[in-house]
Amino acid sequence: MSRKSVADDLERRGAGERGWLSLPRHVVLLGATLLILLPGYFMIVTALKSLPNYAADKFGFPDPLFFGNFVTAMRGGRFLLWFMNSVIMSVGAVVISTTASALAAFAFARMRFPIRNTLLSIVTSLMVVPPVVMLVPLFLLLSRLNMTSTYWGATFVYAGLITPFSVYLLTNFFKTIPHEVLESALIDGASPMDILRKILLPLSGPALVALIVVNATWVWNDLLVALVLLPNDRLRTLMVGVTVFGQRYNSDVPVAMAGMLMASAPMILLYIFGQRYFIRGMVAGAIKG
Amino acid sequence: MLRTRRITPWLFLLPMAIILLFTFGYPLLAVFNFSFHRIRGATGPFIGLENYRQVFKDRVFGEAVTHNSLLLLAVPVMTVIAILLAVLLFDRPFGWRTYRAILFVPFILATPVVGVIFSNMLQLNGIVNEVLRGNGLGMLALDWLGSPRLALWTVMGVIIWREVGFGIVLFLARLMSINEDLLDAAKVDGATWGQRLRHVIIPQLRSVIEFFVVVSIITMLAWVFAYVYVITHGGPGNATTVMELYIYNFAFRNQLPGIASAVAVILFLVTLALMLPMFRLRAEAEVEEMA
Repeated sequence: MSRKSVADDLERRGAGERGWLSLPRHVVLLGATLLILLPGYFMIVTALKSLPNYAADKFGFPDPLFFGNFVTAMRGGRFLLWFMNSVIMSVGAVVISTTASALAAFAFARMRFPIRNTLLSIVTSLMVVPPVVMLVPLFLLLSRLNMTSTYWGATFVYAGLITPFSVYLLTNFFKTIPHEVLESALIDGASPMDILRKILLPLSGPALVALIVVNATWVWNDLLVALVLLPNDRLRTLMVGVTVFGQRYNSDVPVAMAGMLMASAPMILLYIFGQRYFIRGMVAGAIKG
Repeated sequence: MLRTRRITPWLFLLPMAIILLFTFGYPLLAVFNFSFHRIRGATGPFIGLENYRQVFKDRVFGEAVTHNSLLLLAVPVMTVIAILLAVLLFDRPFGWRTYRAILFVPFILATPVVGVIFSNMLQLNGIVNEVLRGNGLGMLALDWLGSPRLALWTVMGVIIWREVGFGIVLFLARLMSINEDLLDAAKVDGATWGQRLRHVIIPQLRSVIEFFVVVSIITMLAWVFAYVYVITHGGPGNATTVMELYIYNFAFRNQLPGIASAVAVILFLVTLALMLPMFRLRAEAEVEEMA
């Protein structure tokens, strides 16, 4: 049975099963959903209230709708600049890491060499080493190289931090591709590089997208590394910007929320359109296949 | 396996090796080395275990360790909530996709954004207290972030709020790959919902639960910097200081990288100790899968 028809089958089975459990079940699920949505509701309605309106009524809808907070927020924080910095760093790190990891994963999954398994376990075990452990030496090293407060320094560090996960995921994925697929190309005398570029990578589309999404999210959401390695105001990432902004406006809550809304909108939009890649990617590290 | 020249695999591994030696290899060696020196600027004299002695003497470090340990209490809470919600979702009740999508949202949101939103909601005169007062629950309107006794628990609540979605999605993915026949057989045999949960569903989830627990433990010990930094900055006083913040403050505020490195080494060793069982579990799971 194909995966699709299994899914349909299960769907029908689920739909038919509405016993006594149905009502309490939905009460719990709805409760959890409301709890999850509440901060988002607060952010959106507050961003659209004037300060007096907020002081008078914190929970209700804005009355009247007020857009001035966004103007104040744009003036108080350099959101566009922070946004661009985050984009540059996320894209840069993902490109570097994915390239290096695809090459390495190809070797791990498809080639024979000594200490292969040992090396692979060392690389994958790096996944759980917290970045804060490496931060002091990295900072001192980059200072000596005059690379703190440069795009290159931070981007390269980010690329490194996401590489163990990339190698792990791609190695597992490359292993699942049957050997027969590669065989005809081998007979035609294709080089290993051709096989990676023309056969494995095109077959890895969904896995690659999931990987890119997870890694870009990781870099995008990081605070610690950016805080330490990019002290220069001009190179602030969105997350560092958001943190500073939130402190500056902690007495003007509507402006703070307008800022948060602007900062989180891109991710939320991406999530709405690419939800399955987010979910698939985040789960992929834990469940194989 | 491809047949290649002997050098070829190494060439493919080279870019990864360069990147990893730069971000992990050198720093991990250096951090051990730094922890035995009194670093001023970039180098300093060897002082043996003096940094470690200083750290263990420091009351604030003790508090940081205590706080990280208390945060571990969030792990069972998150795990139970995630299992419960995943179980409620897995036989695809009406709207399950929407529930799943929404429950996963916090995990997508950046911690600093989440932190700023919550710290505004939890102000003394913030929306949370306002709503409590408005509903005659004024005595529950507490100073969530300003009281040293409460602040850590508040931060823990925020962490649970954000991280539980990962567990739900993880468990759900595993549950959906369970062989339905097992459940049907149990149902035919007259097993109640509770029995099915205990004897069929949970055992099937075992390896993912273990994975989630280990990952969450590591998170609580070494991956909560952004929450604490944004929501409380470690305060009030040191009421929410954690090991990561301690490292950050000593390295970049107090300019004592040697002390910071000693704590980093401790943190690294703890994570390493926790990691080993995870890889054993993973290996076991693979063996099970093959069987």
